[in-house]
Amino acid sequence: MSRSPLLIQVGQLARRSVLRTLRQPGQIVPSLVFPIFLLAVNSGGLKAATNLPGFPTHSYLTFALAIPFMQGALFSVMNAGTDLARDIETGFLNRLALTPLRGTALLTGLLAGVMVLGLLQAGTFLLVGWAAGAGFAAGVPGVLVIVALSLVMTLGFGAIGLFAALRTGSGEAVQGLFPVFFVFLFLSSMSLPRNLIQTDWFREIATYNPVSYLVEGVRSLLVTGWDGEALALGFGIAAAVAVVGMTAASVALRSRLVRT
Amino acid sequence: MSRARYSTVARAVAWRTIHNFLHNPAFLVPSIIFPLFFFTAFAGGLSAISRAPGFDFPTGYTAFQFVFVLLQSAAFGGVFTGFGIARDFESGFARRFMITAPHRTAIIGGYALAAMTRALFTWTLLFAVALIAGMNVDGNGVDLFGLILLAMIVNIAATLWAGGMAMRFRTIQAGPLMQIPVFLVLFLSPVYVPLDLLSGWIHALATVNPATALLDAGRGFISGDPVKVALAFAAGLGLALAFSLWAVRGLRSAEAAGS
Repeated sequence: MSRSPLLIQVGQLARRSVLRTLRQPGQIVPSLVFPIFLLAVNSGGLKAATNLPGFPTHSYLTFALAIPFMQGALFSVMNAGTDLARDIETGFLNRLALTPLRGTALLTGLLAGVMVLGLLQAGTFLLVGWAAGAGFAAGVPGVLVIVALSLVMTLGFGAIGLFAALRTGSGEAVQGLFPVFFVFLFLSSMSLPRNLIQTDWFREIATYNPVSYLVEGVRSLLVTGWDGEALALGFGIAAAVAVVGMTAASVALRSRLVRT
Repeated sequence: MSRARYSTVARAVAWRTIHNFLHNPAFLVPSIIFPLFFFTAFAGGLSAISRAPGFDFPTGYTAFQFVFVLLQSAAFGGVFTGFGIARDFESGFARRFMITAPHRTAIIGGYALAAMTRALFTWTLLFAVALIAGMNVDGNGVDLFGLILLAMIVNIAATLWAGGMAMRFRTIQAGPLMQIPVFLVLFLSPVYVPLDLLSGWIHALATVNPATALLDAGRGFISGDPVKVALAFAAGLGLALAFSLWAVRGLRSAEAAGS
């Protein structure tokens, strides 16, 4: 029984994307080392925050362990976007456009590399957290849910990276997005629970910032246990980012191929 | 005569670097936005930390974080200048500098002058935003002069560090080598809370980190209660001196490579 052409196309592109990602230490190392370094610095430097009345845990490490998953997802913007931008810059995308390849196959295949990297990141962050003594309130099933949420986040932000690459066609422009996404991370409930942020305008921004809910979704499994609302918000927002990102990337792909 | 030539070269290099900085949004915007953003994120988002038991900084958390962001912008201003030096080597422009300059160390002096000018530009905005945000300043004019002088020394030291690296590698790909050590030194210091509230490995590292003395002295200046002033200036000047040798050797390496 032969496989459908779409599956073959996705498989070929996914294989290329995964191999390309795994062959680039420049993509893998920073996306693992940088979040772990910030985790180490923040969990040491902000330990005093656990003495604040109402802080949900006595371990700042457990509280902060949610952040690397979000940072990892942000790295997928750069990694997916830069790879595609390079394909555009070198003319590889133009050659693909001459084949009967479907747009959905192209986008799905291109995200395979960042998804594998996302899985590697999630596993590394969990191992580091466990080795450093972080708590896992939701146990082993919670760990699996963290991995699943992390992958949906990676998919969503990776799709945004593809969109950026297709719109700009420039790796430099995609790299320039990195600080923009870090603004979203820093203006969220990353370092303190929202109810403990005492600056009103900052708490307001953190409340409207979707990144807060992605971090809180992961954090709930580490600190609280099973919190249906936090998980629904986390998965809902991650899925929404993925749908919006893929739709935007599909439209941008169509428009880029027409221009080509 | 000789001194005049030295200052002419330094001013020419500085003028070009400052001109590029002011006329290219890709250089100008990050230099301004990043310090303001870190100030906003740290002072706004973490102010509750000042209520933690043992946190003793009466001037307020905004001023506490302002000093970190000021020194961070000083250091990163120097690193960004290093990126510019590397770019000049990549594009071949530095080669023209080297051919025309009778005193090549004046090229380093010019870049350092440009870095200081950039830093002053950023700090003016940072001070304005911090004061608008309600930052308390308990130090007097002399204290504030001490704070700016300290930040200036950090800026020069970082420029010499990054410049030395840029002249050795002569490519912008060396950017992480310039940036990451500065990032590590800055963040392995008492960024969010005073040293006494740190514990474990980060306390041990922060205790021996020269950035801690710089931060403590800076925070002392803004609160009108100067502490560790001699240690901070000795650390800052020591780093600047060591990195000036590093930068001059980098220049010699670039000369030997024919760049």
